Amino acid sequence: MALSDGLDARVDRLELPFNEYGVDPYGISRKHVRDALRVFALIYRYYFRVRCHGIEHVPARGRGMLVGNHSGGVAVDGAMVLTSTMLEMDPPRLAQGMVERFLHKFPVSSLWASRTGQFTGLPEHARRLLEDDRLLMIFPEGARGTAKLFPDRYSLVDFGTGFIRLALQTRSPIIPFAFLGGGSAIPTVFNAYTLGKLLGVPYVPLTPYLLPVPLPVQLEIHYGEPLVFRGTGDEEDHVIEGYVAKVKERIAGLIERGRAGRQHRGLARKLLP
Amino acid sequence: MRVLIPGISGGIARKLALRLKKAGHEVAGVDIRPWDTAQEADIQVFRGDVRKRVAEDVFRRWRPDAVVHMATVTAFTVPGAERGRINLDGTKAVFDHCAAHGVKQLLFVGRHTFYGAAPDSPLYHSEDEPPRALEAIPELADLVAADLYAATALWRLPEVTTAVLRLPYTLGAPGTGTLASFLKGRRVPLVLGYDPLFHVLQEEDVVTALQLALEKKIRGIFNVAGPPPIPLSVIVRETRRTAVPLPSQVLSFLLGRAGFPRLSVGALDHLRYPIVVDNRRFLEATGFEYQHSVADTLRIYREAAPPPVSGGLI
Repeated sequence: MALSDGLDARVDRLELPFNEYGVDPYGISRKHVRDALRVFALIYRYYFRVRCHGIEHVPARGRGMLVGNHSGGVAVDGAMVLTSTMLEMDPPRLAQGMVERFLHKFPVSSLWASRTGQFTGLPEHARRLLEDDRLLMIFPEGARGTAKLFPDRYSLVDFGTGFIRLALQTRSPIIPFAFLGGGSAIPTVFNAYTLGKLLGVPYVPLTPYLLPVPLPVQLEIHYGEPLVFRGTGDEEDHVIEGYVAKVKERIAGLIERGRAGRQHRGLARKLLP
Repeated sequence: MRVLIPGISGGIARKLALRLKKAGHEVAGVDIRPWDTAQEADIQVFRGDVRKRVAEDVFRRWRPDAVVHMATVTAFTVPGAERGRINLDGTKAVFDHCAAHGVKQLLFVGRHTFYGAAPDSPLYHSEDEPPRALEAIPELADLVAADLYAATALWRLPEVTTAVLRLPYTLGAPGTGTLASFLKGRRVPLVLGYDPLFHVLQEEDVVTALQLALEKKIRGIFNVAGPPPIPLSVIVRETRRTAVPLPSQVLSFLLGRAGFPRLSVGALDHLRYPIVVDNRRFLEATGFEYQHSVADTLRIYREAAPPPVSGGLI
């Protein structure tokens, strides 16, 4: 059986209400998801050799927010997290990212983002998708998170707070995750903001070899236990900030655990004859 | 109920008039255009402009209980200044007559293009959103203004039960309206690299929605939609047309030339980004259920308006 046959079956098992044309009410297209997965699965399995831990924490059905750190100057993290829920879960689920606005301005990227369910990060989108029991993927660091330089690759910048209010309003569990290795795959040494402005994107990450082409570094995704906060979403800022801090702390913990594991495996490889 | 339909000679308005008549209502209309067979259905059509004296006389003498205002024109079928006069002055005249002559209920039939198409808009628009159509397509200004003016009746004329309905693109037989005109040729231009979602509603379902809105006496602003939206490329394919994806710069040059449909350059945004509406409020208020799936709708249009066999570029 060819690799794509198994992937096609996974896409067919997605529990999305596709109509007779293979399109769901949000415009997600079975054909486009299938085509994207064929490419992403190859990259996931053979280029980055992604190791995925704790996928059992992602709910098989119902609403949920995957909330994690940005790692890598371009959206390698989002693509690989999406691929992990498609390949590692049973039944597979499509993680729907809340993406930067510029992605929908450009031809082709707008089309592919729409057809694979990756919508502009607007509260209206997030709320509606959660109310429809979808699985959201959120990077609360935003564009500042992808702008981390190589020495800061394991750090976390400030989180937005909107995702917590949304989780409270929609009673959605937050599944924290840590993404490791993106900073080494795209070792950003400089962010060209002026060039980015000219191209209509926030910035262009530059690497020692200039272009932000990812290196074949092994990547890791660590999903943690779901966090469920009680409230209405109308809480005072300091309460919300406290919840944000808890999520951030949990992600930082997952990053540290992942790093320790990577170092341990690196040491073990060195000690082996 | 005595229902008056300004703009009764339009394709959907005629269907609505016949449906209301069949349901036992008394129906009449005002239109500058003729409807020769209206009398056969016992429907009175008063020939004249809604802005002129003749329309006011109809309100005074015929004394309608309800009015369905369909005497507006789409952005690109009528030149600018005249369109403004029809859409704005005509709407004001209809609302003034309703207030002056004791009309109890008024339906304003607007368009979902009110929300505009933009890359950073929410996919599903709710009724509470402001109009963004003006940013890219100033040609829609008069339709947006007419919609906003109609909405002011909700507080300005509390004695009139007003509903503003925002309808999606309609398709049917024989096939009239903005989308039908766009699909008229054998080849349909698309913007390369984009494939927006389109809401389509079969004309018979439009009529059902309007009839329900009237009979349920709803009040407020409502988005009306039928089946979930589908990509424009599917509409083109299923109506047996050939999609011609072109870079936006090339397309904006070719619009209105070489057989391509005439659109404003701003309208190209409608070929890039979706305008999809959230119709939950309307469903709750009326219990509306569409009868025609997308496949049905496209088949009916395809059979009624098959692609031209040959000749020219499209």
